[in-house]
Amino acid sequence: MYPVSELIKNLADQHGRNRHNLLPILQGVVEQEKYLSEYSMIEIARELDLPASEVFGTATFYSFLEYKKMGKYIIRICKTITCSMKGKNQILLAIEDMLKINVGETTPDGVFSLLQTNCLGFCHKAPAMLVNNEVYTDLTPEKVRDILSSYLKKQKEGGSHDN
Amino acid sequence: MTISYQLKRADFIFKNQNDWEDVLSKSIKRTPQDLINELISSELKGRGGAGFPTGLKWKLTSEITDSIKYVICNADEGEPGTFKDREILSMVPFKVLTGMAVCGHVIGAKEGYIYLRGEYFFLFPELNKVIREFEYYCKEINFDFTIRIFMGSGAYICGEETALFESMEGKRGEPRNKPPFPSNYGYMGKPTVINNVETLAHTYTIFKYGAKRFYDLGVQYSRGSKLFSVSGDTPKPGIYELELGMSLADFVEEFGDGDTKAVQVGGASGFLVPRKRFNETAIGFQGKLVGISLPTGGSMMLFNSSRSMFNVLDNYLEFFREESCGQCTPCRVGCQQLLKGIKAVKRGEKNTKYLDKLLRLTETMKLTAKCGLGQSVANSFSSIVENFREEMIY
Repeated sequence: MYPVSELIKNLADQHGRNRHNLLPILQGVVEQEKYLSEYSMIEIARELDLPASEVFGTATFYSFLEYKKMGKYIIRICKTITCSMKGKNQILLAIEDMLKINVGETTPDGVFSLLQTNCLGFCHKAPAMLVNNEVYTDLTPEKVRDILSSYLKKQKEGGSHDN
Repeated sequence: MTISYQLKRADFIFKNQNDWEDVLSKSIKRTPQDLINELISSELKGRGGAGFPTGLKWKLTSEITDSIKYVICNADEGEPGTFKDREILSMVPFKVLTGMAVCGHVIGAKEGYIYLRGEYFFLFPELNKVIREFEYYCKEINFDFTIRIFMGSGAYICGEETALFESMEGKRGEPRNKPPFPSNYGYMGKPTVINNVETLAHTYTIFKYGAKRFYDLGVQYSRGSKLFSVSGDTPKPGIYELELGMSLADFVEEFGDGDTKAVQVGGASGFLVPRKRFNETAIGFQGKLVGISLPTGGSMMLFNSSRSMFNVLDNYLEFFREESCGQCTPCRVGCQQLLKGIKAVKRGEKNTKYLDKLLRLTETMKLTAKCGLGQSVANSFSSIVENFREEMIY
């Protein structure tokens, strides 16, 4: 049994196996795996006794339910009006330059993915971004480099324990 | 033609919530009819933007006979330029929970849900703790009401009430046809009251101080205070509680940077008001104010003369194109064509009359789109194109 199958079974036990439990289960898988593979979606369909197409249709509707493999830390830069006015592109360039990836890509070591997203609700502290569930506001290129450096440091320290 | 109403600050929403146990236990001893009357006489209207009378909403749902009903707090705050609901949920969550529980008492619901947008997941642990404490007290006073948080996953359209129900039912967040309305057929097909976070927080004020205290604020048709999310080109961005009915000129006087060219009232789905209209525009619900009165979910974005209105519109349209759920053609194709269209005009690939064609397209969307998203694209599009036509062209 793949570990993800077990995860899905546990999530179904926890939330229930009805159609209205689908979203929490999808979210649970994304939280652990960072994305929904085709395999996960079929497994969820099996567990909840739903057509796999329904699970796929629902999952792909939501922008936070990724269905492509993502890095450990997903960076989402707000691109809506105020953040855009207050220098979002400079933040984006600083990140692209630092991580050597473009929007939509993942670093080869699988640590960071870079995405843009719609209004995060921090227009009064623009520009803003999310790194997984953590919010960072009033960004400047310097500040964003510091933030990502701290994640890299954390990753290096954590990595030695993981292996 | 000037509006005489001055900008007046109010301070109810973020005032202390420490007496919530008192407000809750006293309120649930009153009859549902009594509470509904109190709400109706306060003239509180929904603070999410649409402005439906809250008392009437509760009344309609209370009149339906069903053993299962739901109370849902809409915390899917996704309108660009709005960030007040998050602040309410983190500063005074007990007011919102109390509002939900009293609503449960009024309509006969035992279950409440908070639909929290995925972007606000960081609120979850703290809010969950608060809910536990709240439920514990409910049990203590023998009041049967539970509240659960349902997390969204990054879809603006799920703020539309019927799309929100679909999402909670584990489906794509595609709006339903109305009628039937949520008061008859809501979450799981059951009678449901769905209120914005701020609306519920205002019910707390009303149940605590009485309807008059609330009614005395604001102007005719637009009673009470409202939280405003102020952003853009302003020296003091942030959240402010103001009485409804102020003129936009007064607002700009207070929050502008001296060079304000236009204000977007109500977010991307709202209206852009150019400087020449500041004096004749009031912020409140449609009514008999002099000039135009604009409803708003509280989003106020200021633009100064360094901003290009083409870029502003381009940004909104890209937003709508991505957030359109795609189920109805006018909205799905309309948003794409509008975005393509203004770019083509800007580049000179289409002549300027094409803008009038696009304006007609927004009229079609207004008439034929299934939900508020597609219908309201016309608001920002026409108010920007009509007032800043020259900026669209070259």
